[in-house]
Amino acid sequence: MMTMLGGEPFLLVSKQEQQNYPLYIRSVPSDSELKFHYTVHTSLDVVEEKVSAVGKVIVDQRELYLGLLYPTEDYKVYGYVTNSKVKFVIVVDSSNTSLRDNEIRSMFRKLHNSFTDVMCNPFYNPGDPIQSKVFDSMVSSMMVQTC
Amino acid sequence: METLTLSDVEQKYYSDLFVYCDTDNTKKVASNGRVREIFRAAQLPAEVILQITELCGATRLGHFGRSQFYIALKLIAVAQSGLPLRVESLNTVKDLPLPRFTVGKNEQEARHAAVYSDSENQGPYSGVIPRPPGRGHVKKPPPLDTVQPCPDTTSPVVSPSQSPPTSPHSWRKHKRQASGGNSERPPVVAGAVWTPFGETQSAPVSGDGMWSPPVQESWVSFTDTPPASTIPTMHPSSIQESTTIRTVASATTANEIQRQSSNYDDPWKITEEQRQYYINQFKTIQPDLNGLIPGSAAKEFFTKSKLPILELSHIWELSDFDKDGALTLDEFCAAFHLVVARKNGYDLPEKLPESLMPKLIDLDDSCFVPFPDQAQEVGFPSSPVEVTSNKSPSMPSLNQTWPELNQSNEQWETFSERSSSSQTLTQFDSNIAPADPDTAIVHPVPIRMTPSKIHMQEMELKRTGSDHTHPTSPLMVKPPELSEDNKLPASIKFVAGNTVGDGYSSSDSFTSDQEPISGVVTRQRSHSGTSPEGLKAVAPAPPPPPPRPQASHSRSSSLDMNRSFAAVPAGQQQPGVVAYAPAVPPRPQPAQASGSHGHRSTDGDALGPHASTSPQKIPEQPNFADFSHFQAFASEQPPDDADKHGEVPQVAEKASDPTCSLRTPKVDPQSEERTPATTKGATPLAPPPKKPIRRRLKSEDELRPDVEEHTQKSSVGAGVLTTQLSIPRSVGKDKKAIQASIRRNKETNTVLARLNSELQQQLKDLLEERISLEVQLEQLRPFSHL
Repeated sequence: MMTMLGGEPFLLVSKQEQQNYPLYIRSVPSDSELKFHYTVHTSLDVVEEKVSAVGKVIVDQRELYLGLLYPTEDYKVYGYVTNSKVKFVIVVDSSNTSLRDNEIRSMFRKLHNSFTDVMCNPFYNPGDPIQSKVFDSMVSSMMVQTC
Repeated sequence: METLTLSDVEQKYYSDLFVYCDTDNTKKVASNGRVREIFRAAQLPAEVILQITELCGATRLGHFGRSQFYIALKLIAVAQSGLPLRVESLNTVKDLPLPRFTVGKNEQEARHAAVYSDSENQGPYSGVIPRPPGRGHVKKPPPLDTVQPCPDTTSPVVSPSQSPPTSPHSWRKHKRQASGGNSERPPVVAGAVWTPFGETQSAPVSGDGMWSPPVQESWVSFTDTPPASTIPTMHPSSIQESTTIRTVASATTANEIQRQSSNYDDPWKITEEQRQYYINQFKTIQPDLNGLIPGSAAKEFFTKSKLPILELSHIWELSDFDKDGALTLDEFCAAFHLVVARKNGYDLPEKLPESLMPKLIDLDDSCFVPFPDQAQEVGFPSSPVEVTSNKSPSMPSLNQTWPELNQSNEQWETFSERSSSSQTLTQFDSNIAPADPDTAIVHPVPIRMTPSKIHMQEMELKRTGSDHTHPTSPLMVKPPELSEDNKLPASIKFVAGNTVGDGYSSSDSFTSDQEPISGVVTRQRSHSGTSPEGLKAVAPAPPPPPPRPQASHSRSSSLDMNRSFAAVPAGQQQPGVVAYAPAVPPRPQPAQASGSHGHRSTDGDALGPHASTSPQKIPEQPNFADFSHFQAFASEQPPDDADKHGEVPQVAEKASDPTCSLRTPKVDPQSEERTPATTKGATPLAPPPKKPIRRRLKSEDELRPDVEEHTQKSSVGAGVLTTQLSIPRSVGKDKKAIQASIRRNKETNTVLARLNSELQQQLKDLLEERISLEVQLEQLRPFSHL
């Protein structure tokens, strides 16, 4: 599961476990999503690498936050993995220098909380694309905030 | 079309209705569809409506203009009041009540039609549900919503007294009340929002009442059968309206619904009977009313409603207030209510309606309801009132205050804790998460702001500037000359600058001293003056030979000075200005020295003459170094002195200080001569001439570099020295010369040391710059490894 925030942040919430398929993708602006798909998938490798490298039994909040996965010339990619191996990926524009790491962390926190709420919904089957309006609104507000 | 005079109330009312009907937003024509709805809602016989239509002229025009619409409304009122439909009655009938439209066209109308609707509602529900009187049609709120906002926003006629923003509050209040006895609805409620619409409405809204019965009916079929009846079916008279209204309702938001029901019951409000039904259902799943229904059970239960999973998911999100994955009684009731509403065609609200929000604290109207109508609400036996008296599994009430979340309520405590904990978790995280050093801290790039060049230059400039003020004015001329052509190795000048800088304060003191001191100072200043240029010259290219004129300096003392300076310039490619010890050249040297001096004195460009002279002097140096030439040197002294004499006048021209020659180099050796002289404390004139001799005796190497210096110095020394040179040289002088040479050597050493340090500094600066540039280059280079 990856959450991708481009900045023009776009948000991609996706996937999980072995399959690594996206559960949720969102971007602002709404175009060029395909490119972010690609970016997110490529960043998955980095996420996997970091996750396997952690290898700690005790997982605290900080470890969930993977930080800047790698910077490219256009954008920076941040990663976050939940306890259930659901991965969030945020992609922000490199020109958006105002985004500090703490802000990224808070965004991941919010994402995690919202995702937890979605998961708590008995009508939500894990693995289904997230169609929660509350989740959508939260993501939208978050992305607008960073723009 | 006769003119129509409307009262203010009527005017506003009609305008609101017109706006409602103005679906095309043309502000001129009321859509026939809406008009038909209204007419039907008027509960008038079809023929009456037809008559009205004809009377107002719509049939003629084919459409309902504003005037036609108003006339029609008026006629409706006339008809409803039982008066015959006459055109004349439009204006003649006084105190005509506003036309009443039953199905949610207007809350006011609904009020009017309360009785009607009540009777209607009660038909189907016969005793099943003690429908609270005054419950407006559920459908009313939605259209009322549309009416409300439209008039507020679009109709220019609507008086600003309408206060939609405040209506929600009043709505809520009214909601509470409405669920209770509609008939008792106080006019205050009406007045709060509906004043613009008219004060005639006093009948409680009965809108909600319409809804609950059908809902109940639908409940019955809810669990087992697909939703059967809709509200419209409940109201035969309003089926059509309800369907259309429902479409309208679907377009409204929950807020509107709430707002509408200010006079009516909140469409989302759960009636008592509904609540009871919910509770019963809850018990089937969870016997304990204070317990929770797990998500899975709730999922199964609500799946039976045959609603799409997506909608059920949304309902869950709305109803699970504390996000715990389980439903309390209140949550369950809210969810159930939403499901019922959805099945009846109401769109799900984006946010949980207030009436459905579970109370998280002990219901207490006094503390709960922020609205002034609390008392009234308490009096209502409706569910909210009951809710107030209940504990956590109480009826949902208007709980908009989030702070209440954290208040004590057994069942809710855990949830509230969770909610708050989630919030606090966020807060904690923000607190715990350390500031990312990468972003917070900017790694400082070590860039040395060495005072080496810039600072030194500034210092030099300052010194030179101050030099100008110095009585040793010759320096004033020197610096410019030096700046022009003085390619003295920056080190030298630098050193000189340093020395100047170091001894600048002392130089001032020196100025007050004797000439030699001043000469020394001037020499230093000259060095300083040249140092900036030298500094500048150092970086770009090796400095060309400095135009040190001291080649002709023949004095032994000057030799030392020349030596000290020559060492540096020799390394700096300085022309052998210094190297040419004045002592070496015998008589002919003076000629050379004089020639050089002449050059110096005349030409600002000392390089040439120096170069010319230096070579001459260079060969002399060996001679100079040779002790055998000692006497020759000594003999040279006088010539040098003579030269210096000659120079002196020149120097004197420029400055009283004989040490200040045309060229800084001259000055330098002179100052050097002076320094040893001063340091020695001996007669400034006598020792210098002997010092070079001594130097020769002492160190041959030094002599060479110092030759130039000495020549310079000697030349600069001018007549003063020459006079001294004439003094018979003796062994004592030799000793003094040796000492002077020693001193000069030391000075040279210090000068060289300073030069070395300066060079080292410059090297470090350059290295740092190089490193920084490399770093920048790497940063700029695209990530090739990615």
